[in-house]
Amino acid sequence: MVLQSSLKNCLQLSCILRTPKAGFRSTTCGSLIIQSISNDVYQNLAVEDWIHDHVNLENRQVLFLWRNSPAVVIGRHQNPWQECNLRLLRQKSIKLARRRSGGGTVYHDLGNINLTFFTTRKKYERMENLKLVVKALKALRPQLDVHVTDRYDILLDRQYKISGTAAKLGRTTAYHHCTLLCNADKFVLSSVLKSPYKGLKSNATPSVPASVKNLFEEDPSLTCELLLDAIAEEYATQHHIDHHITLINPADETVLPGINNKTKELQTWEWVYGKTPKFSVSTCFNMVYKDSVLDVKVDMDVKHGRIEVCNIDLPEQWLPPALCSELVKSLVGSKFCPNETTMLATTLLRMCPQDDELHNRWNLLCENMVMLM
Amino acid sequence: MAAVTAARSSCRAAGRLVCIHRVRSCSSIRFIKSKYVCVFDKSALKFSHQQRLFRTSAVSCGQIVQFKLSDIGEGITEVTVKEWYIKEGDSVSQFDSICEVQSDKASVTITSRYDGIIRKLHYNLDEIAYVGKPLVDIEIDASKGVAPEEDVVETPPMSHEEHTHQEIKGHKTLATPAVRRLAMENNIKLSEVVGTGKDNRILKEDILNYLAKQTGAILPPSPKAEIIPPLPKSETLPAAPKDKARKIPVPVSRPIVFSGKDKTEPVTGFHKAMVKTMSAALKIPHFGYCDEIDLTQLVQLREELKPLAQIRGVKLSFMPFFIKAASLGLLQYPILNASLDESCQNITYKASHNIGVAMDTEQGLIVPNVKNVQVLSVFEIASELNRLQSLGSAGQLGTNDLTGGTFTLSNIGTIGGTYTKPVILPPEVAIGALGKIQVLPRFNGKGEVFKAQIMNVSWSADHRIIDGATMARFSNLWKSYLENPASMLLDLK
Repeated sequence: MVLQSSLKNCLQLSCILRTPKAGFRSTTCGSLIIQSISNDVYQNLAVEDWIHDHVNLENRQVLFLWRNSPAVVIGRHQNPWQECNLRLLRQKSIKLARRRSGGGTVYHDLGNINLTFFTTRKKYERMENLKLVVKALKALRPQLDVHVTDRYDILLDRQYKISGTAAKLGRTTAYHHCTLLCNADKFVLSSVLKSPYKGLKSNATPSVPASVKNLFEEDPSLTCELLLDAIAEEYATQHHIDHHITLINPADETVLPGINNKTKELQTWEWVYGKTPKFSVSTCFNMVYKDSVLDVKVDMDVKHGRIEVCNIDLPEQWLPPALCSELVKSLVGSKFCPNETTMLATTLLRMCPQDDELHNRWNLLCENMVMLM
Repeated sequence: MAAVTAARSSCRAAGRLVCIHRVRSCSSIRFIKSKYVCVFDKSALKFSHQQRLFRTSAVSCGQIVQFKLSDIGEGITEVTVKEWYIKEGDSVSQFDSICEVQSDKASVTITSRYDGIIRKLHYNLDEIAYVGKPLVDIEIDASKGVAPEEDVVETPPMSHEEHTHQEIKGHKTLATPAVRRLAMENNIKLSEVVGTGKDNRILKEDILNYLAKQTGAILPPSPKAEIIPPLPKSETLPAAPKDKARKIPVPVSRPIVFSGKDKTEPVTGFHKAMVKTMSAALKIPHFGYCDEIDLTQLVQLREELKPLAQIRGVKLSFMPFFIKAASLGLLQYPILNASLDESCQNITYKASHNIGVAMDTEQGLIVPNVKNVQVLSVFEIASELNRLQSLGSAGQLGTNDLTGGTFTLSNIGTIGGTYTKPVILPPEVAIGALGKIQVLPRFNGKGEVFKAQIMNVSWSADHRIIDGATMARFSNLWKSYLENPASMLLDLK
């Protein structure tokens, strides 16, 4: 009933999605519920973009259901260094994505459901959508204490956040998406969403941290599938359509022409990191070398994810000043990225006298610099 | 005076009346132009005449319209400007994105209502913008005649720009003012044109295509057009009697208009690192030495050992063998594992064989090295290579892995190639590049032809301290270890 993957469904979808583009009003059209078969955060975000750009929502609305394998998703105007522990993300191979809607940072994994409500810009109404979700939850488990706050969050037991919201408005279309915590890994969530980077100053939108709880903890009989089904049921009722979920494949160019380009764009460094609003890093750290502790002060301005201004203050003569100024010069214009910094620093070392002492000190400095990124 | 006489005499062919008219209305500048014009036939004259009149009557300044921030919805009155997509002086078309604003977790893309040039941005980044107040000033061409009342302060129920156009123009077709003007100038009825844009909107390309079909000629390319497709064949044209009478030229060769632009960007990151390394390498006088290796026995050996390594969780390629054989060779020819100082006064013979392996990653070329190969077994080298490869592809190699190399091997053969000319990475003095393994016919000891697995190796060395003989002997030793892997057993420590 819920998950039927058949060729017929996909063809049906392509007909529905194609005809609005040509502009004629089909008499069979009504609102639509679609679900992604992919767990790739970039592919799913690309579907949102695609629907936003290509589907005519004059006479219909669309509900898009999706789940992702572990990923951190930051808002359009946020700073990933401020929002999450990038080192931990890289270690655990957790993906980082930047969505096109505003709002704060969230952690996704398969225990978290994402819902996107597509409407025309005129019919953009977040409260209604969230009330729909709450109604669906209450219909499923009447004893659940869930309600919508005026910040567009859904709270469980009046204190735990189980859903966060963000929205994107274009010229004619708008979408409102929200999360729903069913059975996510709270331990990983709290550790990745804690930024270890100090001394960051920026005008990027900050996230508002909140205590979270999984619905599963409240009622162990709840699963993602049950929740998805309940929400789809409620949406179908309110929009007077069949409770039928159409599956879509976000890699299928025939149904969604141009989708792969959108997916690729969302994965580029220029989008994920380069769209960070201008920020500055002003920090100091201690380096322990043999028997001494050294204070190092670093100041950097980063714009479009690239270092514009760089200043490193070291104890005098600990490293050859010429080499340090070469490093600073090379860093200007480079990405604020550990990989590039390592590359540049190690390359500079090739040009130096082959001194073990120098090598050790240099490597120590570079490792500490990389820790800032 | 002299100029006047000259004009008159050359215009005789074109008709005196026209020339006199020209003399009367000309200023000194226009005189020079008229001399050329008179040589052409009358129709050209008429054309330029019209053009001149048009020019003098056109207003130089466009009208500046204040584009106000329209309603966001949900009763929101103020937003924060987060990103500008344009700057003052840029030209915009209708529906181009102007900026991104944010309000309470909603990100809104503001698009332009007009075609024109941006003259003023009313807000800086991170400033608060107000709904209903001016966001940008756009200078619009006066000839376009966009009525100022299109500025909407309160939000009417139909705030959509196309609906306003429908009411003003009385057409049921959707088109931007620029497109409508183009249609008007060419006497085209919009209702006859098929729109290919969103919602059946008529685009500039649709007008041009319509005109092309009518006149059978290719029109001047619009600034955005890339390559103009060749004329459609005459069968596909509408069978109007007008068209049959007109002569349709057969397309012979059309000038392809390519409007791609050069892109200049600063050298940063990996490219910068390469520039530095290679510029330093220039100082080293390189010499090359190449050879071919018969890997038939090694291929067989690896096939046998691969599953054993797999059981231990390590992927075994050919590189561990190449690396170990190189290290064994370096024990005999330590000068290849040395370094020459800046002033070329001292040679330092390095004790550790830290053999670098060139890796091609998404971002570019990196060369991590396996430390102390002289004390590692082939299996240990393989497992270390696995570690470096996974870190390399994740972009997580540390400074320790990337520094301290003493000798380098580059397996370019995984991508392709036979012989190459590798560049030494300072402060090293030698480098080897391995081509691809090919199956080639060779003669064995008995004079029979057999299938051999042949790989080419290309060495480069610093001729200041290394001579050809040393390189050749090292290469021969390395080759012998690989052609007869059992011989490695004798020298393994």
